[in-house]
Amino acid sequence: MRKWLTAAIATALMALALAPAAVAQTPPNVLVVGQIAEPKSLDPQAVTAVNDFRILVNLYDGLVRYKDGTLEVEPSLAESWTISEDGKTYTFKLREGVKFHDGTPFNAEAVKFNFDRMLKEDHPFADTGPFPLAFFFSAVEEVTAVDPTTVEFKLDAPYAPFLSNLAYPTGLIVSPAAVEKYGKDFGRNPSGTGAYKFAEWEPNAKMVATRNEDYWDGAPELEAVIFRPITDANTRIAEMLSGGLDIMVEVPPDSLQQFKSSSDFTVREQAGPHLWFLILNTKEAPFSSKAARQAANYAINKTALVDNILQGTADVAAGPTPPAFAWAYDETLEPYPYDPEKAKELLKEAGYDGEDVTFYVTEGGSGMLDPVAMGTAIQADLQAVGMNAKIETYEWNTFLGNVNPGLEGKADMAEMAWMTNDPDTLPFLALRTDAFPDKGGFNSGYYSNPKVDDLLEKARQVTDQSERAALYKEMQKIVQEDAPWVFVANWKQNAVTAATVADFKLQPSFFLMLQDVKKP
Amino acid sequence: MAAYIAKRLIAAIPVLFGLTIIVFLIMAMIPGDPATAILGSYATPENVARLNRDLGLDRSLPEQYFIWLGNLFQGDLGRSYTLNRPVLDEVLERFSATLILAGTSLILCSIFGLLAGIASAVRQYGWTDKIVTLLVLIGISTPSFWLGLLLILGFAVNLRLFPASGMYAIYGGGDLLDLLHHLALPALTLSVVATGVIARLTRTAMLEVLRQDYVRTARAKGLTESRVIFRHAFKSALVSVIPVIGIQAGFVIGGAVYIETVFQWPGIGSMLVKAISTRDLLLVQGGVLVVAAAYVLFNLVADVVQTLLDPRLR
Repeated sequence: MRKWLTAAIATALMALALAPAAVAQTPPNVLVVGQIAEPKSLDPQAVTAVNDFRILVNLYDGLVRYKDGTLEVEPSLAESWTISEDGKTYTFKLREGVKFHDGTPFNAEAVKFNFDRMLKEDHPFADTGPFPLAFFFSAVEEVTAVDPTTVEFKLDAPYAPFLSNLAYPTGLIVSPAAVEKYGKDFGRNPSGTGAYKFAEWEPNAKMVATRNEDYWDGAPELEAVIFRPITDANTRIAEMLSGGLDIMVEVPPDSLQQFKSSSDFTVREQAGPHLWFLILNTKEAPFSSKAARQAANYAINKTALVDNILQGTADVAAGPTPPAFAWAYDETLEPYPYDPEKAKELLKEAGYDGEDVTFYVTEGGSGMLDPVAMGTAIQADLQAVGMNAKIETYEWNTFLGNVNPGLEGKADMAEMAWMTNDPDTLPFLALRTDAFPDKGGFNSGYYSNPKVDDLLEKARQVTDQSERAALYKEMQKIVQEDAPWVFVANWKQNAVTAATVADFKLQPSFFLMLQDVKKP
Repeated sequence: MAAYIAKRLIAAIPVLFGLTIIVFLIMAMIPGDPATAILGSYATPENVARLNRDLGLDRSLPEQYFIWLGNLFQGDLGRSYTLNRPVLDEVLERFSATLILAGTSLILCSIFGLLAGIASAVRQYGWTDKIVTLLVLIGISTPSFWLGLLLILGFAVNLRLFPASGMYAIYGGGDLLDLLHHLALPALTLSVVATGVIARLTRTAMLEVLRQDYVRTARAKGLTESRVIFRHAFKSALVSVIPVIGIQAGFVIGGAVYIETVFQWPGIGSMLVKAISTRDLLLVQGGVLVVAAAYVLFNLVADVVQTLLDPRLR
């Protein structure tokens, strides 16, 4: 008997000893990035998740891109462009001599192929979709290849966000030859013009991209980038701590301090075009009254939410437009201060007599941060001014299915978060009278102010950036005063890098630009 | 025997068939749909309708089910919406990873469970018995995902002896040694609970057998104690332990869901969790079908092995 036990223990020990002595560090000149999930596809037109965008912007280029550290567009595959007087024709002059990774040339025909594939149902490769975000370009009527280096977009109406939509990953340009070759499997055999070339994708383990020696904007220094999907945040942290990753994004607030206090890691933070807010149902009492809506804004202690629950991973929001849109943001806007006394007064003025309000809370979801804890804290703040909020919690998809069709008859307030690429997107889709749910928009709280409608319509039609900015700033003032939402937080994305990683910078777009990163 | 196996396999078909209908109905009943999941914030009714049409989800439910069933008979499980690749490829790849993990755990828990059970039965109420019983109790009550995190913290983060996650090294590696290296922590974690269960049942079964007359006879014949225990007692105790190991095989595959998530093991459990939350109906169907078929098969194997071991059952 003893012998058997001894033998078993010896076998177990041998099994442990079998293992190589130490776990290898990541090799030099290769960057290993910890992703939060397996990419869906590497076809930029077929995906919707930021997690996928982080890879795609390194494999592909668009006609334009966001200038480093901003949300303003600058030339990329297009060297320059002109916009017609009526704002309906965009003509792009393309960069010459650029080749896709598969060796085929990038030219005006390739651009036309990209947009036709996405927008024309009778295109021979329309079946390589679906293309969920094709509506970003729904204003495009016709794309014409004027000559090999000139391409013209005709829009059905002036649409100022067009350029920043082109800078979004949905506007990245893929190789037509590769789409023709691989068809539906193009998303697993991608070919673009970007700084890194696709090399290998081992499902659920890694995606490898190698340096594009011929990159038109200067070949990167790194030999390769490896993207590893690790869905569980704790496992991702453990992998980072044990040296298996060089960069990790979306570090949970609880763990940020651990990395900050270690000299082996650098923590980076960057505010993004994100807004976390509460939709208030302006159709039904109590929030049909502006005073009651303002009261909610005064009653909720946003600083406490941001500091204690989000542990500094977000800033307090002042209005409907995130400060990351620096050119369109009204800097004079001050957030509603925390003032329970004022809130009580306003509630009295609104004639609120203590009836219950229903509050939709979600368990999780893209950009929702820590929705259950935040919902509970908000409930307590409202309780303190005499408003009894009854929380109903839903799983994210169910939650969207409840909120998007409108809150009427169901709830008085709901949590929501948006991350957008243009100051137009969120207010246009969620604050206009024409964006009520029954008209296909996201104005689930039925906010309606003709002045705001007018400003938002106009801002789409003028193409001059400073004119647009003035319109958005005016809109922000009115919306803040009307308080159709409780403006809560703007999320700062974060990333941790190993100390060996140099020249890495987070972008307000939340994309992960790795062209200039070094790791000797 | 062959006829028995054939009969059992045929009986499994209606079970699997019914299961696919139930899964299909449950997936249809839970709120939310793949288009909303894909579009997220951009899920306007218009966008959702367009995407549903592109995904072929605008057809009626029975229609969708029969299209799926028709394709199934041709060996086609459809294409996943969320992964944009054939369901069959994904499911087989993931399931083989789960089999490697669960199989290793099953071997570990059988060896350690049986040994621990025998040891404590032989030394009933002795120190060995007390220590083993205590360890078994701790093992059964330990939440495996928590244990997994602790092992990662200890062996991967602090000692750096084992990798924290994954199945193969990200660069180099790819051989058997690399696999074993990655397998050690998750397989150990996954086997802990099952080891406890098997140990307890082995102890009970052994105690039962050791009281039998023929064991006393064997001892009286002057056989060595180890021969009595392993040749005579253990063999008949095994008959009642084998079905438990069969059931544990099912539990180990079920428990793999947590372990796969904690260790980022590319198995079918973590795939199913993701597929359900993104409402990827075809992926859920394919995954559940394969797991259920495996369940049926494991129970069958356990029954067959039991029959072979116990002449009374033949």
